[in-house]
Amino acid sequence: MSSTTAPLAGRAALTAKDVAAAAPLPDVMQPKTRRKGAIGYMLRHPTIAIGGFLLLIIFAIAIFAPFLWTKDPTALAPVMRTRNPSAAAWFGTDMLGRDVYSRVLYGTRVSLMVGFGVAFFASVIGLAIGLVSGFVRWADSIIMRIMDGLMSIPSILLAIALMALTRGSVGNVILAITIAEIPRVSRLVRGVVLSLREQPYVDAAIASGTSTPVIIWRHILPNTLAPMTVQATYICAAAMLIEAGLSFIGAGTPPIIPSWGNIMAEGRALWQVKPYIVFFPAIFLSITVLAVNLLGDGLRDSLDPRAAKRV
Amino acid sequence: MALLEVENLQTHFRTPDGGVNRAVDGLSFSVEAGETVAIVGESGCGKSVTSMSILRLIPEPPGQLAGSIRFQGKDLLKLTEREMRAIRGNEISMIFQEPMTSLNPVLSIGQQIGEALRLHQGLSKQQAEAKAVEMLTLVGIPAPDKRVKEYPHQLSGGMRQRVMIAIALACNPKLLIADEPTTALDVTIQAQILDLMRDLKHRVGAAIVLITHDLGVVAEVAERVIVMYAGRKVEEANVADLFRNPRHPYTQGLLGAVPKLGSSLEGETERLAEIPGLVPSLKQKIQGCVFASRCPKVTELCREVAPALEEKAPRHVAACHYAEREAIAA
Amino acid sequence: MSTSMTDRSAHRGLPPLLEVNDLKKHFPIKAGFFGNTTGHVYAVDGVSFHIEKGETLSLVGESGCGKSTVGKALLRLFPPTAGQVVLDGKRIDDLSQGQLRPIRRRVGVVFQDPFSSLNPRMRVKDLLAEPIRNYGLAKNGAELDERLAKLMDLVRLPRDAVTRWPHEFSGGQRQRICIARALAGEPDLIICDEAVSALDVSVKAQIVNLLQDLQTQLGLAMLFISHDLAIVEHMTHRVAVMYLGKIVEIAPRRSLFGAPKHPYTEALLSAVPVPEPGASRQRIVLKGDVPSPINPPKGCRFHTRCPYAFDRCRTDEPELKQTQPGQWAACHLHDLPEASNPLARSLPAAA
Repeated sequence: MSSTTAPLAGRAALTAKDVAAAAPLPDVMQPKTRRKGAIGYMLRHPTIAIGGFLLLIIFAIAIFAPFLWTKDPTALAPVMRTRNPSAAAWFGTDMLGRDVYSRVLYGTRVSLMVGFGVAFFASVIGLAIGLVSGFVRWADSIIMRIMDGLMSIPSILLAIALMALTRGSVGNVILAITIAEIPRVSRLVRGVVLSLREQPYVDAAIASGTSTPVIIWRHILPNTLAPMTVQATYICAAAMLIEAGLSFIGAGTPPIIPSWGNIMAEGRALWQVKPYIVFFPAIFLSITVLAVNLLGDGLRDSLDPRAAKRV
Repeated sequence: MALLEVENLQTHFRTPDGGVNRAVDGLSFSVEAGETVAIVGESGCGKSVTSMSILRLIPEPPGQLAGSIRFQGKDLLKLTEREMRAIRGNEISMIFQEPMTSLNPVLSIGQQIGEALRLHQGLSKQQAEAKAVEMLTLVGIPAPDKRVKEYPHQLSGGMRQRVMIAIALACNPKLLIADEPTTALDVTIQAQILDLMRDLKHRVGAAIVLITHDLGVVAEVAERVIVMYAGRKVEEANVADLFRNPRHPYTQGLLGAVPKLGSSLEGETERLAEIPGLVPSLKQKIQGCVFASRCPKVTELCREVAPALEEKAPRHVAACHYAEREAIAA
Repeated sequence: MSTSMTDRSAHRGLPPLLEVNDLKKHFPIKAGFFGNTTGHVYAVDGVSFHIEKGETLSLVGESGCGKSTVGKALLRLFPPTAGQVVLDGKRIDDLSQGQLRPIRRRVGVVFQDPFSSLNPRMRVKDLLAEPIRNYGLAKNGAELDERLAKLMDLVRLPRDAVTRWPHEFSGGQRQRICIARALAGEPDLIICDEAVSALDVSVKAQIVNLLQDLQTQLGLAMLFISHDLAIVEHMTHRVAVMYLGKIVEIAPRRSLFGAPKHPYTEALLSAVPVPEPGASRQRIVLKGDVPSPINPPKGCRFHTRCPYAFDRCRTDEPELKQTQPGQWAACHLHDLPEASNPLARSLPAAA
């Protein structure tokens, strides 16, 4: 490469006419411009958009239930018993004459409270247990054997057992389901922590003199949040179903509170003749669980680093 | 007629943000029967995408192929998936880089070698197993009649790569594509596999397309070399010509960037030649020469007019406006 | 950085910067419900070496030979099973993690994979500030910024790149950031664990040149762990060859590459493909594979693959013995009369 200076004079003289130009290449595909910002994101992740939209509506229903032409959900009206859906009672009335429409709308509050309450508490507690388990060697085997034991009991059975020990209230329902869901979260977090600990950037941080608490806070925790968020949505959906199940068999929310499980439990006896009493809360439950699951799937696809690597 | 003729191959991908990644852009080359051609380049130059394109293993979408790939006169890009399946693993076969993940962990070695034989040549189970033992003997695996019943996890990395080669050669392919066949292996095992490949070349007679980034491996195995950069071929020559008299500044840079073993015996070691800068993004259309942004000899002309591949010496082509003049001056 | 760092390499009479004596790392293999130990992986089994100030020692060998484990044990990413590590005259292997933390400043590390070596959720400035803050090297924001700018200059990245995220950089640029982080504590020693192995040829040359420049500029000592013999030969002062957890040969560069005194070194060198078509070299192709470090062979660990093995090799384990000034090899061949020792050749005279 010592000759770079020598032919400079000749090089300056070279023009486009003297050289062979490569034949231009055809375009195999045209670039598509994609919408930026929130709308673009929604278009690329329709499951998040649909799930989020449905959930938004359900939240609005829960918050604005008193203003959505509802009556008192607990008001008894023996004269109006088991009326079919009509202009007066959109979803009909139950065997005590209560308005099913109002009860279903107010029931949204219970379901969301339980679903999101359990998701929050199970995530926070599970995260703490998972972090300890992933970092403290001697504690790990003890914690994980306990979790194995908890996991071997179906979560609904565990919740029933816990409810049997306590007084029925929404708070206790949340507590019972949270305890039943903790093993799943802590196992997930432990797995993520163990794989993150092997990451060279964690080794590099140790070698940079960073103390263990700071490593957990700065290097481990932020990287567990993505899988945690996805897991939380699934727990939210599962908690709603378990709550409905508990209430349905009478081990959940006290019957005085209109929850979807309770409404369905009360409508069970009349299922053959008045199916709408069970039908409407069931539809609401299904749509809510579907919305949360769609959101979870969408988040998983959007947060999954492997998806981003697609060429 | 050459065994394989690739003409103006373009393999483009849709990127997640809607753009186009021109992974391979206008690549032409040919492979004669029984010949060993190496495609070298750095990661992202399109060499692996080329090999996947030849076997039509590029998922469409997000990929899209254009141009033509003629194998024994047939354009592979025009074949149906069914016709393509009859060629893959039979007339054209492939060896991948990672011997750990390229073998199915729940099938025995014999079953995996026999699979292609039973599929393409209609051998019975017994015949296939007999042939599998024969193939294992060919690739130098000791106690083949015992090994044939073992599973991949019972074999070391070097042994697995031998099994991969046995699978690839089982149906007597006309063309073998080896994508970084020794990169994952240790030096002493690499030496064994390279020896085996050289030996098999004479005995089996298949043409080999060797995809690698390792210039040492190229020098040891290949007869002809294609240098790729940013999805294009920038130089092609016989292996001796290329190493002795590289014409393209990129090839010159690559050769200068690799230290030679034994350098310390000749007095003080010199500083390595760097190629400054980074490979250009393939998501934008590049006007002019693809190497212009990093070339030490770049001029205005290079940035405006893309150089065509020209024969700078007999059977030695390079895509550089100044290559020929440089060679004469030097 | 201070002037005392730059002229340190001149004082060669001083005790070595790092001394490692009989370092061992055995990983227990646990199995069963109660996690009983059923065996050990003898990853590093008695390794001794030293590194002078400003010197590069390379550890070479094939995968599984324990070279990376040595580096990680020195960094105390796990506790060594046995042995001493002496840094600048002070034993550091028996310190607690808390006592060790301030001493970590003197040893930087660069790992192989530039993608997983940087926390994807931290900006470059936070990544580089972490060691600076840990060691209390900056009293205020202005001092921190000044140090960040200096580090970016050292690794030849634009100063304003500190506000960017790791994913905005290419592999080579990320490796520069890793090097900057390793330099942030103003270390005396840098451990490069396959630091250039994952990089492309042209980028590799850039990083190799950068490391060499930094070494002369800052007077750094380097432990260069690599399997790439050509790069090692280019970079290093001395080389230690490892096989199955032991050093089989340790020698100055020229002696090792010119006249290896261990059959494994000889075979390793002959196995490297050379980018010279038609280069007629006599190649020693070793038979078989590296034995498992769980159950290493008795006697000399290399005897199962050694082309020169004789009876004694199968029973007696050879020790490192000096064959020439500075060159140590663990091989029984050197006890034989010179006529029957195939490795007796001496170094060719310098060209």
